[in-house]
This record gives sequence, C-alpha cells and structure tokens, in this order.
Amino acid sequence: MIRTLKYYWHNKCIFLMLVIPFAFFFVFKYLPMGGLVIAFKDFSMKSGIIGSHWNGIDNFQRLFLNSSFIKALRNTLVISFLKLSIGFSCPIILALLINEIRIRTYQRFVQSISFIPHFFSWVTLSGIFLMIFSTDGPLNVLAVKLYGKPIPFMTTDYWFIAILIGTAIWQEVGYGSIIYLASLSGISPQLYEAATVDGANRWQQTTNITLPCLIPTIITMLILAVGGFLNAGFDQIFNMYNSSVYDVADILDTYVLRRLETMDYALGTAAGLFKSFVGMILVLLVNSLAKRLSKGEQGIW
Amino acid sequence: MRMTTGEKLFQIFLIIIMLALIVSFLYPFIFMISMSFSTAAEANRAGAHIWPGQVTLTAYKMVFSNPDLLIGYLNTIFRTVVGTVLTLLVTCLCAYPLSRKDLPHRSLMTFLVFFTMLFSGGIIPTYLVIRNLGLVNNVWVYILPQLTNAFNVIIIKNYFESIPQSLAESASIDGANDFHILFKIYIPLSGPVLATVALMTAISHWNMWFDAMIYINDDTKQVLMTFLRRIVIDRNQDLMSGASEAQVSQFTPETIKAATIIVTILPILVLYPFLQKYFVKGIMLGGVKE
Repeated sequence: MIRTLKYYWHNKCIFLMLVIPFAFFFVFKYLPMGGLVIAFKDFSMKSGIIGSHWNGIDNFQRLFLNSSFIKALRNTLVISFLKLSIGFSCPIILALLINEIRIRTYQRFVQSISFIPHFFSWVTLSGIFLMIFSTDGPLNVLAVKLYGKPIPFMTTDYWFIAILIGTAIWQEVGYGSIIYLASLSGISPQLYEAATVDGANRWQQTTNITLPCLIPTIITMLILAVGGFLNAGFDQIFNMYNSSVYDVADILDTYVLRRLETMDYALGTAAGLFKSFVGMILVLLVNSLAKRLSKGEQGIW
Repeated sequence: MRMTTGEKLFQIFLIIIMLALIVSFLYPFIFMISMSFSTAAEANRAGAHIWPGQVTLTAYKMVFSNPDLLIGYLNTIFRTVVGTVLTLLVTCLCAYPLSRKDLPHRSLMTFLVFFTMLFSGGIIPTYLVIRNLGLVNNVWVYILPQLTNAFNVIIIKNYFESIPQSLAESASIDGANDFHILFKIYIPLSGPVLATVALMTAISHWNMWFDAMIYINDDTKQVLMTFLRRIVIDRNQDLMSGASEAQVSQFTPETIKAATIIVTILPILVLYPFLQKYFVKGIMLGGVKE
C-alpha cells in the first residue's frame, strides 16, 4: 500500500500532465456519450437530462415509424455504398499508376497536385461546384453542344448523386493514395528482381508482388472506411443539396441536425445513437473478420 | 534504362492519363481565379473561363468593402493560431505519459483515448453539453471542443515511443522531472511530427464552419467559412445591392462569389507547396500501425 502510494507520488508529474487532456476527453467526449441516455427518456429542457422520465424504447419506436427517418437511413446506405464500392479502389489504382511513372519529377508533381482538393472545406468546394454544374456553367456549355439543351445537374436526382460520388472521389483520391504509395516504397526491390529473373512481366509483378504486399494497408483503410459508413459525407451533402433533391440526399446527419433545429432532442439523439452504435459494431465486425481471415496478423488493434 | 516498346507505349499512356487528372484537379481553381477577375460581359459569356481576358478588380473591391470579411478573417485567425498552439500543448501532455512504458494503468488510459475514435455522443448530446457549459455564443467554443483528438494523440505517442528511453532516464538521474523531459528533450526531438499535427490542426480550424453555424448567433463572432457560406451557398440575393450604375456592368453575383472564394482560401493556396510536404509525412506517420 505504502509502496504503491510512493510509486504514485514518484510519478506525480506524469499524472499532473494527464489532468488537462483527460478533463478534456471527459467533458467533450464522455459527457456527450452519457448524454445519450436521453434517447431513452421523454426529454424536456425544463427537467433536464437527469430529471426527465425514462420512456424505454418509445423514441426508437417513434423513429422507425417515422418515414423521413427511414428515407434518411435508406439514402445514407445508398450514398455510402456507392461511395465505398466505387471510391475505395480509386486511391489504390492511382497509387499503382503513379508508382509506374518512370520520370521522377513528373511522379512527384502528379502526386503533389493530386491532393490539392483535400485542403479545402466543402463550403469552398461546393461553392465552386455549384458554379461549375450550374445551368449556365462551363459543364452545361459542353452539354448544350452535345445534347442541344442544358442538363439541370444539381436538381436532378441521379445527376446529383453522381456528382456527390464523383466530387467526393475527386477530393480524396490523391490524399488517399499517399498511404498506398508509402507502402509501395516499402516493398523490397529484391522481390521484383527475383521475379524479373523468373521472367515475370510488369503485369504479373503487379498482381503477384505489389497487390499482395498492399493487402495489410488495404485492410486497415477498409476498416477505417467502414467505420465512417453511416456518415455518407455530411459536410459535402449539407453544402451541396437543395430542396429539389431532398428525397435522395437527406441523410442521417442532416436528419439529426433538423431535429436539433426543431428541438426534438430525444428523437434526434435516438437517431444519433443508432448511427454511432451501428458504426462501432461495423468496425468491430470488420476488424475481427480481418483478424480471423489473416489468423491474427491483421486488424487495426 | 532500357524499355521495351510495350513499356514505352505504357509510359506515354500514363503521362497522358496523368495530364488529364492534373487538369481535373486544377481546373476548378483556375476557373475560380479566372471568374474572379472577369468583367460582367466576360463572366456571362458561355465558355470554360480559363483566362479572364480583360482583367478587372471590381469584384475584389466589392468583397473587401464588406465589413463581415474582416470580422471573419480576424475570428478565423484567432481560432487557427490559439487553437493550434493549445492543441499542440494538450496533445503532447497526453501523448508523453501514454508513451511511457512504466505508466501505471497505461493500457486502460490509452483505451479511453482510443475509444473516442470508435464511438461518440453525436451532434445533439454534444450540443447540450456545450450549451450547459455556457459556450454558446462564446468564441471559446471554437477552441475548447477541438483541443485534441485520439488520432493526434496516437501519432505523437507513437513518435515519442521511438525516442530512446535512455535519454529520459539519464535526464531523470540528473534530477529532471517529467515536465523538463517533455519540454527540453521530447518536444525538441519531435519537430517533424509536431509540424504535421500543427498543420493538420491549422487547416482544420481554417476550414471549420459547422461549430460556428450551430453555436454562434452573434455576427461579430462569425468565422470566414460561415461568411463564405452565406455568400456562395445560401444564395444571397443582395450581392448586387450597394453597387453603383457604373459598377453593375463590371461584376455579376458569380464574379463576387469567385472573388470571395479566392480571398478566403488565399492563405492555403499560398502555403500549399509547404503544406503538402508535411502532409505527406503526416499521413505516413498516421498510417503507422497502432
């Protein structure tokens, strides 16, 4: 007992350091998690979080009977699925292509240009794209030449979804490729030399050496991507959508934000809890799956 | 370097594909710059707008005459500078103890930090906490909730773990406490990773708009991105108000929007060559497996 106390006293500086960071994590991360209890309460501002009455799963029943929540959930799943299935492989392909460029300066130049869009907020990027895709914007000049009439890109459901996915890939593809390029540079050149001696051509080297060596990185990135599956890209959608595409563009986060505006806190929190909980379960599932398939070698922890 | 004909063709194909990609990455920004310098006649003309032709500064004059721009700039600089400095400090204070293998309950504490990456309270409970703390309409709402995050703590912690522990041990034999060790040994040795975290934090502060939108009602406390949002996304109809007869032929709502976008992202554009170098390092550090 005395010894443990002595030990703690000896390490007092190190605990003192942790006071501010842990106070921060407690107040801004763990208190809101505690606040999730209002998803199970008949919350009113007057009685507060503690004072409000429990009402079991009433809020969740209300939520799943609410057609606009169901629509938001469906839209989130559709947008996320399209972004993940189309977008996930893009940084890998870009990294492989950049890696094949033989002119070093051109290689570096392409790489540093490719992640420019990552540095700008969706307020800025949406401002630019709203102009590029507007009915008298440069893209419609092209459309008029090809089809004879302008296309209402931002107000047509399927065009809007296509633009969401396209611009999201455009923003993150370069940045996403950096990590793959880093793994590529870590592959031992001896593997390639041995393959060349055995007569493997570049394509065979790519499929038999490069891709297998990238698998750990691919799995890590996949786990991270799945963790954000129910996000669907709030910043992007909130800044780009408009009333004519609400039917396909309203997602869970915009739904929750509207509950905040209408002060329907309990319902919004129930939706938020559903989203956080499913997100966590997805990460845990994919992580354990990756671990099992690789016999414990992969997974992010 | 010897290449077969097939490889040469592939190289040419690559160069062309990459050129197309470069154009797609740069065009939106070139379009904005060109529009912002265009006259009304030029801006209304159908085309790709790669070059403004006759250059006019009228749109910029209109943007700079808006007092909200200065307010936005000052508040954004405040949150970027103060926020970044405090983030570095708090993140190091958290990362150093967690990097020490002899810290009691080390794995529990690391898990408590890591867990915030897996699960969160979400928008509404966070809003209620911040409201109860009296941070609504308070500029500290820009700083405090962003003080640090699990990702930053983990990359700095991983870097600290690569510093030989013998350095800390010999310093502590010489009577240095942990604060000395952190500030005199660890931090000076961690330049690259700290620069990366600082730049990532600064960029994220510069680009942040959501907190200003939901927590701040006071116009004098707004940031640049909410100012920009009002002009380019909320379809403000009075962009043309206050313009004299002569000026109306000089600009359009589009040229004003373009000029506003350029003015609000100028620091990032100017710093880009410097930023990108550290970002490459940063994502590699971040990619280091836990």
